[in-house]
Amino acid sequence: MSKRFVERSILPGFSLSLGFTVFYLSLIVLIPLSMLFFKTASMSWGGFWEVVTSARTLAAYRLSFGTALVSAGINAVFGLLIAWVLVRYSFPGKKIVDALVDFPLALPTAVAGIALTELYAPNGWLGRYLALAGIKGAFSPVGITIALTFIGLPFVVRTVEPVLEDLDPQLEEAAASLGANRWQTIRKVIFPVIFPALLAGFTLAFARGIGEYGSVIFIAGNMPMKTEIAPLLIMTKLEQYDYAGATAIAVGMLLISFFLLASANFLQWLSSRKLGKA
Amino acid sequence: MNAQTEPRFVRIALITIALAFFGVFVLLPLFCVFFHAFSKGWVYYVQTLRHPDALAAMRMTVTTALVAVPLNLVFGVAASWAIVKFDFKGKNLLLSLIDLPLSVSPVISGLVFILLFGAQGYFGPWLVAHNIQIVFAPPGIILATIFVTFPMVARELIPIMRSQGSEEEEAALTLGASGWETFWRVTIPNIRWGILYGIILCNARAMGEFGAVSVVSGHIRGLTNTLPLHVEILYNEYQFTAAFAAASVLALLAIVTLIAKTTVEMAIKRGR
Repeated sequence: MSKRFVERSILPGFSLSLGFTVFYLSLIVLIPLSMLFFKTASMSWGGFWEVVTSARTLAAYRLSFGTALVSAGINAVFGLLIAWVLVRYSFPGKKIVDALVDFPLALPTAVAGIALTELYAPNGWLGRYLALAGIKGAFSPVGITIALTFIGLPFVVRTVEPVLEDLDPQLEEAAASLGANRWQTIRKVIFPVIFPALLAGFTLAFARGIGEYGSVIFIAGNMPMKTEIAPLLIMTKLEQYDYAGATAIAVGMLLISFFLLASANFLQWLSSRKLGKA
Repeated sequence: MNAQTEPRFVRIALITIALAFFGVFVLLPLFCVFFHAFSKGWVYYVQTLRHPDALAAMRMTVTTALVAVPLNLVFGVAASWAIVKFDFKGKNLLLSLIDLPLSVSPVISGLVFILLFGAQGYFGPWLVAHNIQIVFAPPGIILATIFVTFPMVARELIPIMRSQGSEEEEAALTLGASGWETFWRVTIPNIRWGILYGIILCNARAMGEFGAVSVVSGHIRGLTNTLPLHVEILYNEYQFTAAFAAASVLALLAIVTLIAKTTVEMAIKRGR
């Protein structure tokens, strides 16, 4: 009996802390979010479907999910490279680079938005070179992808970094002493271990990219059907006092991202389970 | 050693590619902000920041953070106490619900408050009848900011509290300290760096939030404009230098945040 007493139950404050947590959570998050579903429930199914499958909404979904996917892919490659370089190699200024990886998260999105637009506008520092190559940087899907790449980079680096740090060097030694060359070791020993983390980082960057607003609207150009992202379309509907339309687009967006994130989590679970068996 | 690292030229090539990508995508935008902010000189820079609209926006931003951060701090401490110190059913569900605001688009975070408090919203008629304005007014901005920064302290505190365990609290209680005494004298000092870390991150997001605040603000100059919204207005009016001047204040905030964050991270590592 005394043993049990010394365990958890000696600490007070359970009902107070949990009660306050649940109360505050309901007040700030759950009740407001539930409004999305009440509002949707007040629409007819036909009305909901009409908004969600209208050509303009579908174009916005395609653009938001497409650019988020491409930029998450770019970040998976370069985020992995940056994490690798930061963990494995030494070079001057490494600590500063490591601290600055979080900069896109710390910088308010509107600031990122106008800075990237200036850089990639047709007469901007980088945009003029893209223009020479015949690529339109700002005010095109390319610009949206650039903004989402900026925003998503820390997610990949910060999820892959700790896994690379924890990687047991003995695994690589063993692979090397068994005659594997460096490329084989990376491909067959290191990559499978970091793959679940890489996928997790990719998913986080992708999810952030789908909903991102501030850094995108300046660089996007915001042309309906062409460069109008889904969050902007919600904003436009709100400005026209079409609350039901805005809610329908939001709920559609949430449902698609929920499905995609669930699939990514499943994939991640599969790959880490495979790892556990191997 | 040969098979355990890459040849020198491969290492140098990889470092170069990584740093080039990092430079173009992270450093160049940062440099760009300050370059454009000062492109018309110091005098103009100071002038735009002392404009009444800019000052009002800064005041609104600071007020918002002063309300949102303490509330989410109290919540963060309460939630991590409940989650770390006790085992109860539905804990994982609670954890995912707490993280919910991070996975919702900022625009949707603003939208839900319009649906609640807007003129056509759920409480709209009642609010209109009592002449209370929440959205398109400062309370809406503050509410949306609280929503967006909701999990930011809790997320940082939970792992830190978990790594410390409950032995010290149990010892204090066995020695006769009261619950609150234990909390204030044992728990709070133990998690002080974690609290500071959470405050830093929560504050940065509260001051920098754009999308959610943009939805509920109504863009009324001098009244419902935060600094990020002020940047947008100036930029859309083609006052580029002034927009970048206001943006440079926010970029500075981001840099201070990163320095503070790195310092606290080192303190947490030393404490372990």
